[in-house]
Parts: sequence; structure tokens; C-alpha cells
Amino acid sequence: MATDMKNKLTIRGLKLWYGDFEALHGIDLDILAGKVTAFIGPSGCGKSTFLRCLNRMNDRIAGCRVEGDVLLEGNDIYAPDVDVVQLRTHIGMVFQKPNPFPKSIYENIAYAPRIHGMVQDGPDMDELVETALRKASIWDEVKDKLQQPGTALSGGQQQRLCIARTIAVQPDVILMDEPCSALDPIATAKIEELMDELKQEYTIVIVTHNMQQAARASDYTAYFYLGDLIEYGETSQIFTAPSNQRTEDYITGRFG
Amino acid sequence: MSDASKSNALRADLRADKRKRRRARADMRFKWYGLTALGLAMLFLVFFFVDIISKGLPAFQQAEILVQVSYSESVKSNYNRAVDKRYRKLISRSWLRTIPMQLEEHPDMIGTTAEQWVLADYRVDQFLKGHEGHKLKKKYQKLVRQLQEEGKVRLAFNSGFFSNGDSKLPENAGILASAVGSVLVLLLTMLFAVPVGVMTAIYLEEFAPDNRFTQLIEVNINNLAAIPSILYGLLGLAIFINFMGVPRSSALAGGLTLALMTLPIIIIATRAALRAVPESIREAAYGLGASSLQTVWHHVLPLAMPGILTGSIIGLAQAMGETAPLLIVGMMAYIPEAPHSILAATTVLPAQVYTWSGESIRAFEERTAAGIMVLLAVLLSLNALAIRLRNRSEQTW
Amino acid sequence: MPEHTLKRFEDELTSLKEKILAMGGLVEKAVRRSMKSVLQVDTSKAQKVIDRDRAINALEVEIDEMTRSMLALRQPAAGDLRLIIATIKIVTDLERSGDLAEGIAEAVLQSEENPLTHTSTIETLADLVIRQVKDALDAFARSDLDAALKCIERDKKVNKLYKAMQRENLTYMLEDPRQITAGLLASTIGKNLERIGDHAVNIAEMVIYMVKGHDVRHVDHKTAAAILSGELDED
Repeated sequence: MATDMKNKLTIRGLKLWYGDFEALHGIDLDILAGKVTAFIGPSGCGKSTFLRCLNRMNDRIAGCRVEGDVLLEGNDIYAPDVDVVQLRTHIGMVFQKPNPFPKSIYENIAYAPRIHGMVQDGPDMDELVETALRKASIWDEVKDKLQQPGTALSGGQQQRLCIARTIAVQPDVILMDEPCSALDPIATAKIEELMDELKQEYTIVIVTHNMQQAARASDYTAYFYLGDLIEYGETSQIFTAPSNQRTEDYITGRFG
Repeated sequence: MSDASKSNALRADLRADKRKRRRARADMRFKWYGLTALGLAMLFLVFFFVDIISKGLPAFQQAEILVQVSYSESVKSNYNRAVDKRYRKLISRSWLRTIPMQLEEHPDMIGTTAEQWVLADYRVDQFLKGHEGHKLKKKYQKLVRQLQEEGKVRLAFNSGFFSNGDSKLPENAGILASAVGSVLVLLLTMLFAVPVGVMTAIYLEEFAPDNRFTQLIEVNINNLAAIPSILYGLLGLAIFINFMGVPRSSALAGGLTLALMTLPIIIIATRAALRAVPESIREAAYGLGASSLQTVWHHVLPLAMPGILTGSIIGLAQAMGETAPLLIVGMMAYIPEAPHSILAATTVLPAQVYTWSGESIRAFEERTAAGIMVLLAVLLSLNALAIRLRNRSEQTW
Repeated sequence: MPEHTLKRFEDELTSLKEKILAMGGLVEKAVRRSMKSVLQVDTSKAQKVIDRDRAINALEVEIDEMTRSMLALRQPAAGDLRLIIATIKIVTDLERSGDLAEGIAEAVLQSEENPLTHTSTIETLADLVIRQVKDALDAFARSDLDAALKCIERDKKVNKLYKAMQRENLTYMLEDPRQITAGLLASTIGKNLERIGDHAVNIAEMVIYMVKGHDVRHVDHKTAAAILSGELDED
């Protein structure tokens, strides 16, 4: 039981179908609170699909069916009485392509707190916006141009703005779907550094194609292959001495 | 050694020989075909404009004659007595007809005389403009020439063209009634087609599951956009007039019929605009816990709005130029007065143009051309508005 | 194990292993030859050992160069990473072993006039150590855990024998002071052999790390075997 307390997300027997195609074959996984967990694996292995199960983004896809349990601190997020919209305020998401709203930087941050009625517009909102931007380490770069469009920022800044936007809702978990795949190495390093800071307060789950990024930025790594979770463990163990041969082959670049 | 020979071979390969020159010439010809086609299209367009403008421009001027008008008591019963018998045939009957009514309204005018510019008969007008087939009798031709020398005949700006409705007398015929009709019909079309079309598109694009039923709807909408417009007239006749009892020839009947015709265009344009909004924006909103309504209303619609407006305006512009379906619902009518309600008999600009083009009197020809010019001006301004909106959408974000 | 998707990396890894084995072969030969020079009192053999040590040193530099560039350019992970890490360590042990063999050869040259008088124990010790080195190299070549464990196991015997040899040597020197020069030579040779054995153990331990990803250094042999057998059961 003591170890269960540390689990933020507990996934048991998760299966997912797209129509008749079974994309995930029963995943069991514990995602620990306050850690960065990376999902790696070749394209089409189901890691992104699995990530999107964690905040029910797959609900939007027609013909997508999920079986099994995903527990957020013991609460089944697929229970019939769960409000999906509210769930996503607890489990936020950052996407592959930086996707700020075509609005001002300030509005990008203020939007979600406003629609959720967290704070009123005015000084409170100003403070919330500043806090979120500070936590995302982008405040110093944008504090003088809060009214400028978010889309005018560089790619890396846009992605940190998106992270700030997610933080503004004060979620428990932040899901990141290949957040650096469109960024240059410097911007990537900044995001990785940011993840390291954010894990003090949030549980972070990241999907990445870049194994080195998983190695650099995560505490735990899960390797997916063809809809199965092959191996899950501490990143340092996975990257020096994986116990499964398929993990070993993938990590060392033996893609067959 | 081999380096040198390789370099020579490369130089030989790069040099233009017969085959390469032939290839270059083929490229050139290809370009010229395109240019020729463009030139031909331009030529037709120029011909059309020159023809229409040269025919239509004179209609914006109208002949007037300076005559002595005596508003005597007897004029009330016989308006022909108001002017000298010599000139009576030169003056438009449509003006003479109005004198008794004027006297009715202003009794103090009775017994006065005045020398004033009055509307000339269309034959005089045509004669003055030098058009063939003016049909002015020889003796009147002489009279007009004489008046001309005395400075008692002039070509003045034809304000009547914009302030009168249709008339059997060309010099009195104007576009006001049909323009007001067009505006009414267009407003009604917009009122029905835009909300219904946009909401349909939003549902299909954002909410509808992808199944046989929605696919069927989709195919049908695409097909509806391509069917001949006259069928919409039949549909409108059956539904709105015969079934729902909307008065024939009314702006309501026309507006509803055109709304039916415009719907698929607006739906298709709106769906395209919604689809052009990147999926990442929706994901961002959903990822932050926005509901479907909030996502669509706050993020998707504002981004799609210029596209929706452009599509709607183009659809409405098409509706504005449409004649065939209105023919069926009885809007090809003779309407001398601007309609006062959406249930009154109404005609529209293109229908008016069509009516005039069928008149046998030569003077209607220039009015037909002038009507086309007005219609074109309105359509071009609508299209310009659409382009402006599109450009703005490309600039902002 | 399937081939590496990057052909050149695969080639580099193969060539790295080959170089280590070549170096190991040279070291093994150096130890054998130095012992022959001791037992046969053959200074030309001793000189050859000293000359050949340069080749071993050159290989060390070359292998270090390779591992450095592979770390920087290939960013190896998992098994590849462990192979390279192990290589970096093994190469040092091999080079030190080579130096120790050279030390034996130098001692032979210095005490040409006073050869060993009692050779049987030291010969046994040398046989054991040479077999240790061979086991370690076999273990590396074939990723053979049994050979590695055998090498580690053998070290106990080597240490026991080394201690016995030193005691024996001491008694000879106490009995007959004329034996002291030869006794000191024997002591040096024995110490070098014992150290070569230790380096062989290091190599064997690195092979175990390379193969299984477990660090069995500084634990006793039983524990090491237990860790490994536990792992072996799982497979």
C-alpha cells in the first residue's frame, strides 16, 4: 500500500481499439508522482495513443474504444460519472507542434482560468498569468510584450508558452506529446530543463522519439512495441542495462 | 587526365545541343499557349465591357424640353391642355399624366403658368442621342432641331432612372423598384441561409460522427451545389408557395427560394473554412478543458470567420445575380412601385434587366445595358468585400 | 543479437572487440615469454618482452582513442555502452599486466648472474595466473560468464599459493643468505604474477558487468555468483 501512495496514475489492463484494430493489448503501468516518465518506442507502437488515454483525448476519435482502468490517485477516469472536460483540467496536455491560440500572450494564459472561473479578470488574473509564465521560465522573455500575439514568438518560446498555459490551470499531471520534435537543440534543452524544474510540483509524462531526450530528461522510461509495454523501469537502468532483449535492441539502435 | 576528360564531358553535356534547344522551345511554346488563352479571355471581357458601357452610358442622360406650362382649371380633366399643342407629342405622357395629381395636392398652383424643363418623349430622346430607329416623325424632327437652336432642348442627368420603378414608357422606366426588391430578397436570403448553413456546417464538421448517414448528407450537399438553379425555383414553388402559402411574386418567396439555392454553397464554404482551422487549435482548447461549445465558439469560429464570410458573400452574390428560380416563383413581374412589404409583389434587378431586354421599343435597349452596369457594380463590390475579408484573414495570425 | 542499423557503428564495435583481443593476446604472450625467460634464464627472451611492450602500449592508446570517439559520436546505450565502458577499464588492466610482465623481464635482466634456485612453486603460480588471464580473455571474447567466474574463483588459489611461495622463499633466504638475491628476484616475480592475476580478475568482473549489467566488484565470490545465478534463473 505504501508504494501505491506514490502512484499518481495507475493503469491496469488497458486495451484500446480503433474500430476492429486492437492498438493497445493490455497495459499495466504505475506512473509515480513528482517524476518525469518517458514513453519511447518506434512509430506506431502505441505510445502516443496510450498517452492520449490518460486524459481521454482519444474520446474525440470516432470508433475508438477503451477497456481497462486508468486511476488518477485511485479514481477511475473512465467511470461513467466522470466529466471529461473537468478531467482535462487535472491532466493537462502539451502537444507536438507548439499551438498557441492566435491571441495575445496574456490571453493564451488567461483563457483557461477564465473559462473555468478560477479567477476574475483584473489584478488576480495578472498575477496568475505572471506566475504561470514564470514557472514556465518564459516571463523574462515576454513580460514586455504580453499583448503581442503568441504566434509571433519563436518555436521554443511558443512551446514554453503552451506549457505555461497548461500550468495556469494548475493540473496534477502534464502530458507532453513529443514536445520538442519541432524545436532546435537549444530550445529543446530549455524545455528539458523546464521539465526538471516542473517535476517538483507536477507529475510529467512525455512521449518522445528521441531516445537521448528520454535518457536526459526522464526518471522512468517505458518502452512500447506494437501495442505492448515491453519494459518499464528507472531510466538509468533502462539505458545501461535493460532486462529485455527487445528494449536493448531498440535502445542500442538495432532496429532490425 | 581523367579529371580533365570528365570536366570536358560535363561541359559537353551542359552545352545546348539540338535536343536541349528543342526542349527549350517546347517550354516556350507552352508558355505562349497559356498567354494566348489569357489574351483571348481578356479580349472577350473587354469586348463585353465596351459593348455594355457604350450602350448603357447614354441611359444615364435623358432629354428634357423647356416649355410653357399652364396649370389651368381645365387641365385637371384633360392634362393634354397643359402645354401648347405643337409640343404635346414631344413631351412624355408619363409626365403629363402627373399634372392633375400635382394640382390636386397643390391647389394654389391652379391658374398659374410656368416655363419649365419637362421630360421629353423617348422618341425625342433617342433622336437627340442620334440612335437609329428613334421613330420620330419628320415634322417633329424639324421642330426639335428648331428648339435645339433656341436652346430649349437639353440632355440632363437621368435621376428618374434611379427614382422610378418600371414603366411601359422607356423615358419613365427606372430600377428603383427592382433594386429595393433585390435588397429585400437578398436580406431574406441572408437571414435564412447564413445561420442555417453555418450551423449545419458546424454540426457536420465538429460533431457529426463519420457514418453512412452523414456521408450521404455530405454527398447530397455537394450535389445540390451543382444542380441547375431553375430546379430550386420549382422546389420553392412547391414548398413555399403551394404548400406553405407564401404569396407568389413576393420577396419572401424569392428570398426563401434563393436561400435554398445558397445553402449548399454556404455549407461547403463554411466546412472548408472550419477544416482549414488547424486541428492543433482544437486540441489545445480541449487539452485545457474547454467544452465543445467553448472550443468552437472561442477558437474555431473566430479563425474560420473570414472564410465563412467570404463564402457567404460569394453565395449571396450568386443569389443576387440569379434569375431562373425567381422566374418560377413569379418574380418576373411588372412592378412600377417599390414594394412596401416582403409579402408584396416584387421583382429583382436581373429580372428587371431580363424584362427590359425583351421589350420591342428601341429605347429600352440602353436601359437594359444600364441595368446590367448597376448589377455588375453591385456584384463587383460584393466580390471586392469578399477578397478584402480573405486578405485580412491571411494577415492577422 | 540483430545487426546494428548503423553499419559503421557495428563495424566499429567489432573492430573494438578484435583490438582488445589482440591486445590480450599480446599480454598473454608477454607473461608466458617473461616466465620462460625466468625459468630458462634466457635474456634474449626477456629483451623481447621489453621490446614488445611498446606494441601493447600503442594498442592501449589506439583503443582509448576509439572508445573516446565512439562515446562522443555514437552515444551508445545499454549493451553497447557497457561494452565500451568495460573496454575502457579492461584496456587499463591489460596495459598494467603488460607492464608487470615487462617488470618480470627487467628483473631477469638485472639478476642474470643469480637465477632462481627453487622454481617449482613459482612455476605453478605462473601457470595459474596465465590460465586466469586466458579465462578472462575467453570470457570477453565469448561473453562467457562461466569463464569469468572461473577466473575470479581461481584468484583465491593464486593468492594462497602466492602467500605460500613467499613463506617458502623466506625460509630459503633465512637458511642460506647466499640465496637472498635469488630470493628477492623470486619475490618480485611472485608479486608481479599475483598482480597480473588481480588484473585478470578485474577484467573478468568487467566482462560480467558488460554481459549482465551488474557490478560484481568488491563483493565476495559467493555473493557475486548468487547475484548472477539469481539473474540466470530469471532468463
